[in-house]
Amino acid sequence: MKGRLTPYLLALPSWLWLGIFLVVPLAAMASVSTTTGNNIDGFVQTFAFSNYTDALSRYSTQLARSFAYGAMATVAMLVIGYPVAYFIAFKGGARKSTYLFLLLLPFFVSFVLRTISWGFLLADDGILLGTLKGWGLLPAGFHVLATTFSVVAGLTYNWLPFMILPIYVALERVDPRVIEAAQDLYATRLAAFRRVVLPLSLPGVFAGVLMTFVPATADPVNAQILGGTSNTMIGNVIQTEYLTNLAYPSASALSFTLMAVLLVGIFIYAKALGTENVLEAAANR
Amino acid sequence: MDPVNKIALLRGMTQNRTRREALRLAGLSATGLMLAACGVQGQKQTPAKPDAVQDYWAKQKKTGKVVFANWPEYMPEDKKPLEEFKKATGISYEYKEVIDENASFFGKVDPVLRAGQSLGYDIVVMTNGIQLQHMIELGYVVQLDQAKLPNFNANAGAKYKDRSYDPGNVYTVPYTSGITGIAYNTKYVKDDITSINALFDPKYKGRVGMMRDAQEIGNFGMFALGIDPEKSTQADWEKAGAKLKEQRDAGLVRKYYDQDYIDAVSKGDVWLTMAWSGDVFQRQLAGEPVKFVVPGEGGTIWTDNMLIPKGAANPIDAITLMDWFYKPEIAAELEEFIQFVTPVPAAHDILKEKVATLQGKEKTDLETLVNSPLIFPTEADYAKLRGYTQLTTKTEQVFNRIFQTVTQA
Repeated sequence: MKGRLTPYLLALPSWLWLGIFLVVPLAAMASVSTTTGNNIDGFVQTFAFSNYTDALSRYSTQLARSFAYGAMATVAMLVIGYPVAYFIAFKGGARKSTYLFLLLLPFFVSFVLRTISWGFLLADDGILLGTLKGWGLLPAGFHVLATTFSVVAGLTYNWLPFMILPIYVALERVDPRVIEAAQDLYATRLAAFRRVVLPLSLPGVFAGVLMTFVPATADPVNAQILGGTSNTMIGNVIQTEYLTNLAYPSASALSFTLMAVLLVGIFIYAKALGTENVLEAAANR
Repeated sequence: MDPVNKIALLRGMTQNRTRREALRLAGLSATGLMLAACGVQGQKQTPAKPDAVQDYWAKQKKTGKVVFANWPEYMPEDKKPLEEFKKATGISYEYKEVIDENASFFGKVDPVLRAGQSLGYDIVVMTNGIQLQHMIELGYVVQLDQAKLPNFNANAGAKYKDRSYDPGNVYTVPYTSGITGIAYNTKYVKDDITSINALFDPKYKGRVGMMRDAQEIGNFGMFALGIDPEKSTQADWEKAGAKLKEQRDAGLVRKYYDQDYIDAVSKGDVWLTMAWSGDVFQRQLAGEPVKFVVPGEGGTIWTDNMLIPKGAANPIDAITLMDWFYKPEIAAELEEFIQFVTPVPAAHDILKEKVATLQGKEKTDLETLVNSPLIFPTEADYAKLRGYTQLTTKTEQVFNRIFQTVTQA
């Protein structure tokens, strides 16, 4: 009897943790999202579900933009991150841990500071663009900051390690003998990669995409620091609603909408591309 | 569930809690459904009666200690004005640089004060914006005992007493002021800028910086239309919003900035921008090619104010320190470091005299400061300056929405 309960008892702290710090605040937020009023006179529960439709109609552009930016950044991270993970896993040799350490090194600097330093790097007459303009390679009016490109680039940079690490872990676990076996069976190197290594690494890709798409979509910092007049993301809007306008109902409604859309998206993604299905599909090919 | 705990939960439980409280909150999760039935209650207060104010102050005693919460770069690093205060009065101080934005600071202190707890600060500094007004409306601010402010009454400039956001200085006295005008980089802008229309000139397409703060940008939209923001109506805000939207849609604006505008204009990312006087002055001292001008159509004057939050442990010591900053020699010391606009005009003469005693770079720097219209605005400048638009809880929502549609597209 005692033995059967042990796992549950061991899990109790994390359940409590989740209960207190996730479920309760979420319930409170859900309740606030349907209230009306203001911070001075108080918010009264009126079950005003119109808060959701109002907030959505007002900020649908920013919401859609956030998903677009999140998706673009995730694809960019995948394209950049996969080869890096591959390199560390198969060609890293004795220096693997050094490479991994270098990968994590930027995390010793604050997220905001890293983003601000991109601002310096990409300044119109800064180190990079200033030099290129000096050589006459770029027109004088050319700029990168305050464009969609710089926001997406910032998002890509800031979450790249979260894409690389899970892919690396998946690749690291690939037994070199299966690759040898593929080659023994006359697979070219490309075919061995496509038919053996890539399918085996897909669980890592799956985890990497999840770990980067969600935070990249909700991030307010990159748009704030690197963006221009039409790069506002939903995270910025929520921040303004909460802190500046003290409009808790609409901020809560927006947060919930964002969460709901992300959850549904992830669910569909997991269903369509879930790790098991992926492996099955690969095996059946 | 009582509103106090609920707000704390909303804010992610950022306050310290005892274990018992945590357990109590955990118990509340079981009654999660109850949440749906309650809202967040209001706290609106009527101002205390004069007797109550007298009673409050009569009960307080000097404790020999004061905790001062302020913004960064608002006190010389050697804390000389505070050290002298300690020497003169025997009151020791704790100085904390914990405020960097009015909205988020208000967001942090609101649940604590709402719960009737003390912030642990005896003086806090807030700009004359909507958050300060909320603090007063919610009864979070101790009414001052005017009899304990002799230096303020004797030395504060007429422009800094009895302002519309706090008539009679019932709750606050100014710490420092500043001007919002236009800064431009003379490397790229060859004309002398004098008019606000420069911000709307197609010549500078993509090179104009505007501020993101609704009150700041709102004022500039109104100046451009010849409207006095202090007397403006909702119709005026809508017109100003339309004007600013036009400016954005024409591609004139590079970005809506917070504090980062100053780097952008000195690096040349933008050529001209809305700017705060003290920032520009500091860049000028550093030798960067930036100029500041109060546009002919008008500029904004804002004031950071000291106040005593409700529940402060050492109010007598706090009000003594507040008054201390109004001694002209102390105001001069502060001004030399802060480089915004001091509310004590007599500090000007003290600094002028000090110039004669200095040598070399120190001398030229102080001379620049003493002669700068950014630090000691001329009468003509003062005549052009207006405060922020006066908002109420109701109109604030309308006002913010109008200008946020511009800045958060």
